[in-house]
Amino acid sequence: MDSLFRDHILDHYRNPRCHGTLEQPDARVEDSNPLCGDRLRMDFRFAGGRVAEVRFTGSGCSISQASASLLCEAIEGKTLDEVKAVTRQDVLDLLGIDDLGPVRSKCAMLALKTVKAAAYGVATWNDEDDDK
Amino acid sequence: MSAPLQTSGAAGPGTDPAASDVALDPRLLKALFPIFSSPREKPLIYLDSAATSQKPQAVLDAMDQYYMTCNANIHRGVYGIAEQATALYEDARRRFAAFVNASPREIVFTRNSTEALNLVARAYGAWKLNAGDAVLLTPMEHHSNLVPWHQLRVERQLELRFIPMTGSGELDLDALPRLFADGRVKLASFVHVSNVLGTVNPVAEIARVAKQHGATVVVDASQSAAHMPLDVRSLGVDFLACTAHKMLGPTGIGVLWGRRELLEAMPPFLGGGEMIRTVTLTESTWNELPWKFEAGTMPIAEAVGLGAAVQWLQKLGMHRVFAHDRELAAYAMARLGELEGVRLLGPPAEKRGGVVAFTVEGVHPHDVATVLDRDGVCVRAGHHCAMPLHDALGIPASVRASFHCYSLREDVDALVAGLHHVQELFAR
Repeated sequence: MDSLFRDHILDHYRNPRCHGTLEQPDARVEDSNPLCGDRLRMDFRFAGGRVAEVRFTGSGCSISQASASLLCEAIEGKTLDEVKAVTRQDVLDLLGIDDLGPVRSKCAMLALKTVKAAAYGVATWNDEDDDK
Repeated sequence: MSAPLQTSGAAGPGTDPAASDVALDPRLLKALFPIFSSPREKPLIYLDSAATSQKPQAVLDAMDQYYMTCNANIHRGVYGIAEQATALYEDARRRFAAFVNASPREIVFTRNSTEALNLVARAYGAWKLNAGDAVLLTPMEHHSNLVPWHQLRVERQLELRFIPMTGSGELDLDALPRLFADGRVKLASFVHVSNVLGTVNPVAEIARVAKQHGATVVVDASQSAAHMPLDVRSLGVDFLACTAHKMLGPTGIGVLWGRRELLEAMPPFLGGGEMIRTVTLTESTWNELPWKFEAGTMPIAEAVGLGAAVQWLQKLGMHRVFAHDRELAAYAMARLGELEGVRLLGPPAEKRGGVVAFTVEGVHPHDVATVLDRDGVCVRAGHHCAMPLHDALGIPASVRASFHCYSLREDVDALVAGLHHVQELFAR
């Protein structure tokens, strides 16, 4: 249990980083996890081919919200190509967990799915499982 | 014919149906379900029987026996094992018919409840309902009894109406006269026992009003067929859907019961082999009931498993299963009610089946279920395929514990202990 609900996951859940919205963002992506009802909305500002700013709001379980907080923090300042290259394993590393079952993976990977959609400029990114 | 499965049925619970006033002994029953003795790190505390029940050895044996002794396709082969397989398949139908007081002609095997409800929507609904007609549903339906009607609504320009819910999660029957007043409701379809709230809906009462107004009545018995005595005649409905895997049987097979005159009159659902009488290059005529609705090779082993499960449940006595489930639900509600921050959903225990859903303040249901899993406690978290119901309750999701004949008070105690862990962890 401790391996999943580590202090830093609960910390990011309770005190999310990069939380909020942006005025007139360059991209706004919303996605949800129909199995569990987790929802995320992310606002992006791009500058010089980089993610200058990203803010998220959402609701859901600790895993979904903590991964959004961790991932947003990690991609600020990164180039779009770097963001496109972020993998499922990178998200697990950010969370600090070895692996998740297929159900909870959907919670953890919702943030990645949302970020990829913005990086590729599409409404929904459905290929996150390709990173496996 | 020889009946290779007759003996395996004897590995049942060993209770005398005549001794029906004796309560079930879940501890003895649990020993007859191999999953509970399969080796694992922690004992399995299974509280998700509303999603799917566990399977007794007798059901698994019946399916194995079929595959090992007489596996052959049914209804066509004239050789010995094909005859045996056909007899077993049709025997399962007869057993199920007796289980719900129906005629075997009226028992259609499907893949699950969802397919049974789709069959009604597609074959009966698309045939009978016209633009401007209304279908009456409830806000506590599983998606399986909403989505087929959504699809039909668009196609046939139907109106969907809903029997409102009271604050305690029961259907408000006072609204029925108003809902039927304009005579446009031609079909009412609703759940017998809610898979989230556990509410036992007064099917016969709603059916009586619906029939007075000339509406056809469909009932989703997914949660009730597995847990309480069912008699399709006394319910007074026209169609009833249920699924084997919630009633100690295998996945992959469900049942649609329909009144014979309706099944006779309506067109078939899926076309293909077995459901036809004659086929030319350009036309077909339909087989007689119930095979008219069973296109292609059916799940034969699963039907055999369903037959064994029904036999097993009959030996237990469905009213005893129901009494056991309700007693556990009442116990769980009392224990959970002691926990601060736990909000119970649905009506009081005497009005529900063996389902208890709740939320834990400040902790998302998925986090609750994941922490409980570390204690070996299996509960369901999410919207339980009832998103509109959760919207109505103003919550995104809930945690659900549900029971069957093998569930123990100790399982509920383990749930409560696990919830203490959840609250400690998230209070840090």
